[in-house]
Amino acid sequence: MTATDIEVQPRRKGLTRRQKRSLSRGLQYVVFVAAVVAFALAADWDRLQNQFAQKDVARQMFPDVITLALKNTVLYTVSGFVFALTLGLVIALMRLSSVGPYRWVAGVYIEIFRGLPALLIFIFIGVAVPLAFPGTEIVGGTYGKAAIALGLVGAAYLAETFRAGIQAVPKGQMEAARSLGFSPARAMISIIIPQAFRIILPPMTNEFIILFKDSSLVLLLGVTLEERELSKFGRDLASTTANSTPILVAGLCYLLVTIPLGFVVRRMEAKAQEAVK
Amino acid sequence: MSEKSLAARPEIDVRGLHKSFGANEVLKGIDLEINQGEVVCVIGPSGSGKSTLLRCVNLLEEPTKGQVFVGGTELTDPDVDIDAVRRRIGMVFQQFNLFPHLTVTENLTLPQRRVLRRDKAQAAKVAAENLERVGLSEKASAYPASLSGGQQQRVAIARALAMGPEVMLFDEPTSALDPELVGDVLAVMRMLARDGMTMMVVTHEMTFAREVADRVVFMDGGVIVEDGTPEQVIGNPRHERTRHFLSRLLDPAMAEVEEETSDQVGGSGA
Repeated sequence: MTATDIEVQPRRKGLTRRQKRSLSRGLQYVVFVAAVVAFALAADWDRLQNQFAQKDVARQMFPDVITLALKNTVLYTVSGFVFALTLGLVIALMRLSSVGPYRWVAGVYIEIFRGLPALLIFIFIGVAVPLAFPGTEIVGGTYGKAAIALGLVGAAYLAETFRAGIQAVPKGQMEAARSLGFSPARAMISIIIPQAFRIILPPMTNEFIILFKDSSLVLLLGVTLEERELSKFGRDLASTTANSTPILVAGLCYLLVTIPLGFVVRRMEAKAQEAVK
Repeated sequence: MSEKSLAARPEIDVRGLHKSFGANEVLKGIDLEINQGEVVCVIGPSGSGKSTLLRCVNLLEEPTKGQVFVGGTELTDPDVDIDAVRRRIGMVFQQFNLFPHLTVTENLTLPQRRVLRRDKAQAAKVAAENLERVGLSEKASAYPASLSGGQQQRVAIARALAMGPEVMLFDEPTSALDPELVGDVLAVMRMLARDGMTMMVVTHEMTFAREVADRVVFMDGGVIVEDGTPEQVIGNPRHERTRHFLSRLLDPAMAEVEEETSDQVGGSGA
């Protein structure tokens, strides 16, 4: 009698758990497809194509969009990122220092530059600095100014990222290094920072991509034709041709860099993971 | 002429050592001498201060009061070059603390190159010798994460040995290992003891202490309760606290019953 009870018990009324699950998944697919179809039907594709995908307009952008605009965007970003890495590491180490004023200065820096919009910092570098120090030339002209502005913004974020990464390395690593006779600085450089670097690879990539996009603010510094980056280049051409195709092409050029970059970083991460775990 | 005084001088000399963490006094006046070539096992219940004592010997913990000498150099002197002294003291940790981003060989060569400034070829040679010593030559190019706990600990020992230390400190080197892996690590430590290394070992391995140690030190409540040969301290403990600890260690089930009764009597100090 108990045996039959047990066999009968699991058969409940209505759908089983498995049936419910497949029904729920089926519904989600239906909703997704419906949304895509609705969007495709609602949009006016002809007008969109006219405004954003004119082949002859796109054609006249080449090769300048790559050789000039994309090259400048990458140049601004890379120099800004290198500056941000250096300054960010210094500020992170100051933040972790045993010397009070260092911690204090680093904290104030991070709060200010993390809180201000990048736009304001570009205006500040482009307008306020030349006003305050007349006659001073920033090395590299627009390129130098862009590197500094992007670097100042990036450093505030990267400093916090570095600090978190350094603190995420187990305490035993520093102890092991010190017990082998490493000085604190040498242990930091040879043992801790390489490990922290692996931990923060994903957030560092994010910061690079953010700077890559923020490089569009370089136009606030006042640029010559040769110094234009993707966004300004696209907008300028959009206004001269009275067509938005250049905006779309410029946008695709950004993705041309960020998507492969994401792929490479995921590969690097997987490789680092392989070694560590 | 200094030959004699050198031989007479203890390799490790701890005098009147106190250590507090905030209001919590963990070490309450420790005096301990360890001679050259001696193997001393420090045993005691958790929280007795034995690991803290060991960590004070290479100043990973800064003593609150007292002096520590290793090889005649006072580590507690604020002007001492602590990095230079630590090169002469090898340390093995419970959690191994290998550098996970480096291969086994790099774990051994990087400290030699950065700290001792050995050239590449010499560092590699010393590394190979020491890996051979712990029986892990075939793992030279592996990463630590791919090794078992016992292998990692043997690499950690080899890494310390590659620096050519005069003294080796072991902080519960087998406590984080699966029971079947303990033997390999203890075998390496036995070999070191046989080769005449001065060793201070915090451990719960009573068999190892009994067979290998020249002296066993029993600590409880931040003081040294008993200090003598293994036969004396483990075989025939004079103090009630030592007996209680050993009986709990050798027969945990038995100790539970005992604890209940002793709690009724008035409890034992932790």
